[in-house]
Amino acid sequence: MSWRRYLVALPPYAWLALFFLVPFLIVLKISLADQAMGIPPYTPLLADGTLHASGANYQFLASDSLYARAYLNSIWFAASATLGCLLIGYPLAYAIVRAPSRWRNALLLLVILPFWTSFLIRVYAWIGLLKSNGFINNVLIDIGLVHTPLTLLNNSFSVYVGLIYSYLPYMVLPLYAALEKLDPALLEAAADLGCRPSRAFWRVTVPLSMPGIVAGALLVFIPMCGEFVIPDLLGGPSTLMIGHVLWDEFFTNRDWPLAAAVAVAMLVLLVLPMVFLRRYLTGEERA
Amino acid sequence: MSTAHLIIEGVVKRFPDAAAAAVDGVTLEIGAGEFFALLGPSGCGKTTLLRMLAGFERPDRGRILIDGQDMAAVPPYARPTNMMFQSYALFPHMTVAENVAFGLKQDKRPRAEIAERVKAMLDLVKLAPLAGRKPGQLSGGEKQRVALARALVKEPKLLLLDEPLTALDRKLREETRFEIVRIQQRVGITFMLVTHDQEEAMSMASRIAVMERGKIAQVGPPADVYERPANRFVAGFLGAINLFAARVARSESGVVHLQSDEAGASLSVMHAKALTPGTAVTVAVRPEKLLLGSTANPAWPNALSGAVRGLAYRGEASDVEIELASGKLMRATIANADPQARAALALGQRIFLGWRREAGVVLES
Repeated sequence: MSWRRYLVALPPYAWLALFFLVPFLIVLKISLADQAMGIPPYTPLLADGTLHASGANYQFLASDSLYARAYLNSIWFAASATLGCLLIGYPLAYAIVRAPSRWRNALLLLVILPFWTSFLIRVYAWIGLLKSNGFINNVLIDIGLVHTPLTLLNNSFSVYVGLIYSYLPYMVLPLYAALEKLDPALLEAAADLGCRPSRAFWRVTVPLSMPGIVAGALLVFIPMCGEFVIPDLLGGPSTLMIGHVLWDEFFTNRDWPLAAAVAVAMLVLLVLPMVFLRRYLTGEERA
Repeated sequence: MSTAHLIIEGVVKRFPDAAAAAVDGVTLEIGAGEFFALLGPSGCGKTTLLRMLAGFERPDRGRILIDGQDMAAVPPYARPTNMMFQSYALFPHMTVAENVAFGLKQDKRPRAEIAERVKAMLDLVKLAPLAGRKPGQLSGGEKQRVALARALVKEPKLLLLDEPLTALDRKLREETRFEIVRIQQRVGITFMLVTHDQEEAMSMASRIAVMERGKIAQVGPPADVYERPANRFVAGFLGAINLFAARVARSESGVVHLQSDEAGASLSVMHAKALTPGTAVTVAVRPEKLLLGSTANPAWPNALSGAVRGLAYRGEASDVEIELASGKLMRATIANADPQARAALALGQRIFLGWRREAGVVLES
């Protein structure tokens, strides 16, 4: 009986093995090689029957502070933008859950409506809004709030705007799912026991929506760390993120092994906090 | 005059989109320490009334006073009431002890006092060994007791119980009735129970109010309401009953004599009020008050006869369905203490039945 169950699980795992694990191993292999002229532009791992693996690329990553700064920058941007998504997304998800039931589906649809338009076009649209002679500056000057255009583009502000705007739906949906499950009787019980609504929010609503908070935060934090398009289009010299470093190593320097090492290091940096969070979450459930 | 502990005065509540008022002019006075039950079918407004006492709904009209204090402007978190929810509404992320301590923490009681009171309460509901568990790890009966402990620990002036036993299985439900009554007597807090189960209301409460379509149909001690229902609705809701359409023949010294075509006989029933001859009324008699015999008994003031159409053995008692000459079906309940009485009955058999004058009730409406 149970082999059938494995049979059902086989195709997705085979898919993941083929298109995630194998490419990762290839990247890992490249990261241990040296740059070389030719196609492919790196030295083979096995040559003349001996293993040619070196950690030189990783040593280089550790020695040049540019990489450490890019990593930290990425994590800082991603973490701050995740917090921004949470601060905007939580009230939004809460309002949708509390809306009259006939409105709820329409409101949810509005959250995912931006997906109908290409992500790239939406990021370009922000350039039009934020540039010095763009829509926002024009309006601010017209109403006399400012006299010279504000610098809204190619700085960390525009990167945050782009990150939070683009990833907000991925935060709202898991939060909605978690808040929707919350039994309204629990808030009534809290009130009945002498708890003011503002306190009940922190004592009951937030702890019980924690799975949604964690899921939403992971869902936006991880891709934000590796984000390339948004900092590339909206960012400037001060917003160097690891995705951009990776791109440069790969396409500009054609240093595939170093680019591969950057990618592997990023993955390790991201997997560690996830393992930690997973342990926290399953621990919660078990307790 | 009013020394009553809880006063509900002309309370009306109408929900938008609803044709009729959910609660339509309810007035009740409940004394301190009473165990009071609101009984009625679903949708009769009993839960809405309870929720107004807790402060979750606001009355459109009327007043609610607890110990003389008008509750209109008092939000739920400031009311001297606590509620035990039908779904229990236990906080799933807190342990049993944390759930019970929640209300005391809101009042900022000293830590030592909280620990002591939580422990005493868990002892009272016999849950001390489970203090560290989370609600997800408890059985239905255990959750029910946590909910009771959590609502009681703040020693409210009024404890509201919303269908507290509905989620339990039958055996546990019957045991728990006694336990809740025992706890109520011990703590001396006024209990207000809402239920659709007439047995639950009658066995636990010292007084019950039967509600129908937002209005109070009758208030009184369980035996009064059961034995002397005010109308057909109350009579039928509190248990099985036989009803006969009848016409008053004459009234004399506390006894009404009636003629009933449905019963195919003249009936006589004790009734304090004299009734005008010719008035159409309903005579009601409970199945367990019927006397059965294989021969007519001239001593019975109300004597009918019919044929046994159905027999149902229920353990402690048996139900007998009897068809009268008019085609009317009656139900009689006989105790199974005497096995011969039941053995003497057979399907299709001709049977004589009767009841005493004080066993019947005349319903004027």
